[in-house]
Amino acid sequence: MYVFLIRRVLAAIPVVVVVTIFVFALLHLAPGDPAAIIAGDLATAEDVAKIRAKLGLDQPLMIQFFTWAGQLLRGDLGNSIFSAHPVSQLIGQRLEPTLTLTVMTLFISILLAVPLGVIAAWRVGSWIDRGVMGFAVFGFSVPGFVIGYVLIWVFAIELDWLPVQGYTPLAKGFWPWLSNIILPSVTLALAYMALIARITRAAMLETLSQDYIRTAHAKGLATPHVLLRHALHNAAVPIVTVIGIGVALLIGGVVVTESVFAIPGLGRLTVDAILRRDYPVIQGIILVFSGAYVLVNLIVDMLYTVLDPRIRY
Amino acid sequence: MSGASESIAIPDAPPARAGVVAFLRRHPTVVIGCTLLLAIVIASIAAPWLGTVDPISINPGQRLKSPSAEYWFGTDRFGRDLYSRVIYGGRISLIVGLSVAALATVIGLAIGLVSGYLRAVDAVVMRVMDGMMAIPAIMLAIALIALSKASVLIVIIAVALPEIPRVVRLVRAIVLTIREQPYIEAATATGTSLPRILLRHFLPNALPPLIVQATYICASAVLIEAALSFLGAGTPPEVPSWGNIMAEARPYFQLKPMMVLLPGIFLAVTVLAINLVGDGLRDMLDPRLARKM
Repeated sequence: MYVFLIRRVLAAIPVVVVVTIFVFALLHLAPGDPAAIIAGDLATAEDVAKIRAKLGLDQPLMIQFFTWAGQLLRGDLGNSIFSAHPVSQLIGQRLEPTLTLTVMTLFISILLAVPLGVIAAWRVGSWIDRGVMGFAVFGFSVPGFVIGYVLIWVFAIELDWLPVQGYTPLAKGFWPWLSNIILPSVTLALAYMALIARITRAAMLETLSQDYIRTAHAKGLATPHVLLRHALHNAAVPIVTVIGIGVALLIGGVVVTESVFAIPGLGRLTVDAILRRDYPVIQGIILVFSGAYVLVNLIVDMLYTVLDPRIRY
Repeated sequence: MSGASESIAIPDAPPARAGVVAFLRRHPTVVIGCTLLLAIVIASIAAPWLGTVDPISINPGQRLKSPSAEYWFGTDRFGRDLYSRVIYGGRISLIVGLSVAALATVIGLAIGLVSGYLRAVDAVVMRVMDGMMAIPAIMLAIALIALSKASVLIVIIAVALPEIPRVVRLVRAIVLTIREQPYIEAATATGTSLPRILLRHFLPNALPPLIVQATYICASAVLIEAALSFLGAGTPPEVPSWGNIMAEARPYFQLKPMMVLLPGIFLAVTVLAINLVGDGLRDMLDPRLARKM
C-alpha cells in the first residue's frame, strides 16, 4: 500500500517538471520579443530594456531557467510587472472565491450527475435515458458564458430572484454568499455534469451486463441495493477517473465564468493579467492551476485502491 | 448501439449506401446535426449575399438600435449592423475550428506514430504529453496569446497546441495494439517496407477513430476560440467573431440582452451541430467505441 503511494507520488514529479519547463519555454518560444510585446506599442526602447532586465531575459537561457526554478522551489513566483506585488500574494488574495466556486460546482455536479447516469443506465433506451443523453450533448456544446448569460437573464433580470453579478464572502452571511454563488456554480456545473453523467451511464451499462448482477436480481435483492451496492460500486473507478480529468475542464471554465459573473477570483486575475500583458502573473496562475490538476489526479489515483482493492501498481 | 452492417459503410458498393440511409433513419440527431452544420457553413461562405452590409462600417448616428426591418439584430455601440457581424463572425469560428482540427490531427499523428514505433522516444514523448495535458487548454492558449500580437494564425496555433496530446495518445494506442497483430508480423516477414506497412495496414485502422477525434477537436476549438475572444485574448477586435461580439455587448447586457444572446445562440448551435455530426460518425465508423461512450 505505502509502496504504491510513494511510487504514485514519484510518478507525478516528471509531470510537474515538464509543466514547469513548458511554462518557462513558452516565454521563449513565442514569436517576437516578449519584452517588447509586454511593454506595449507606446513603450520606448528604454522601457523595453527595463522589462527585459526585470524578467531576466538578458541572461543566458540556462541561468534564467535555474534562477526561476530555484525561486519556484522556495515558493517565490516572482513579482507582477504591473503592480510590483509578489505574484503569490496576488494569487492568495483571490483564492477564496475561486475555491468556493469550484467546490460548489463539484458538489452540484457529482450530486446530480451520478444519479442521472445511474438512472439512465438502469432504464436504458427509455425517455429518461434519452433525456439524460440529450442533456449530455447539450451541456457539452453550449459554452459556459452563453449559459451564464441566459441564467442571468432569466433568474436575475426577468424573475429577479438572484443577484446579477458579484461575490460576497461567506463571512458576511450565508444567504448573501449562497445567492451570489448559485448561478455561477450551475453555469460551470453543466458541462462537467454532462461529462460525469455520460461516463456514469457508460460504466454502469458495462457492469449491469455482468452475470453477478443477474444473480443479485435472481436471489431477490431490492433493485436500489443491486444498483448502488453491486453495480455502482464496481463502476466507480472510471467515474472517479473522469471526475479527476474533468478538473481541467473545470479550471478552464472558472476563468470564463468568473468573468461573466464579475467574481474577483483567480479567473478575473487572469483576465486582468492578459489585458495588462502581466506575464509573471499568468505564469504563476498556470502553475497553480496545473499543480491543482496534478494533485487532484494524484488523490483520484489513491482513491482507486480504496474503491477497488484489486488495483495494485 | 449499432450493428455490424454500418461499419462497412465506407466502401462505394450499393449495399453500403443503403446502410447509410438506414443508419440515418435510426439516428435522426445526425441528420439534424448535418443540416444545421451545412446551413451554418453555407451562411458563412455566402455571407456577402445574405442581406448583410459591411460588418465593420461604423455609423455613429445609429448606435444601439433595437432589431428592426433595416437592422435585423439591431446595432452595436458603434452603430455596426449586428446581423452582418454575426453572419461574418461564423467565418472565423469555422476557419479556426477546421484549421485546428487539421493541424492538431496531422502533428498528433506524426508524433504518435514515432512514439508508438520507437520505444526509446516513447517514454520521453509521453511524459511531455502528460505535462501538456496537466495545463488547462484555455490557460495554455492564453499564455501563448498574451506573448504574441493578436492574429487569427496565433489563435489557431494556441488552440491547436493543447489538443495535440489527445491525438498522440489515440494514435499511439492504436499503433501499440496493431504492431502486435500477426498480419503485421507476416507483412514484416515478407519484407514489406515500414512506409508501406504504415500506409496499407496502419492508416485504414487509424483513420476512423482519427476522423471522429478530429470532429470533436473541431467543436472544442470553436468553443475555445469563442471563449478566448470573449476574454479579450482571441481574434483581434477588428475581425468580428462570436466571442468578441459578445464581449463588446457585455456592458449593455441588462438593457439589451439579445445583443449578447444572439451571437451566443449561433455559437451554441454550431458547436452542438459539430458534436452531433461527431457522435454520428463515431457510431457509424466505430461501433465498438460507440458502445463505450
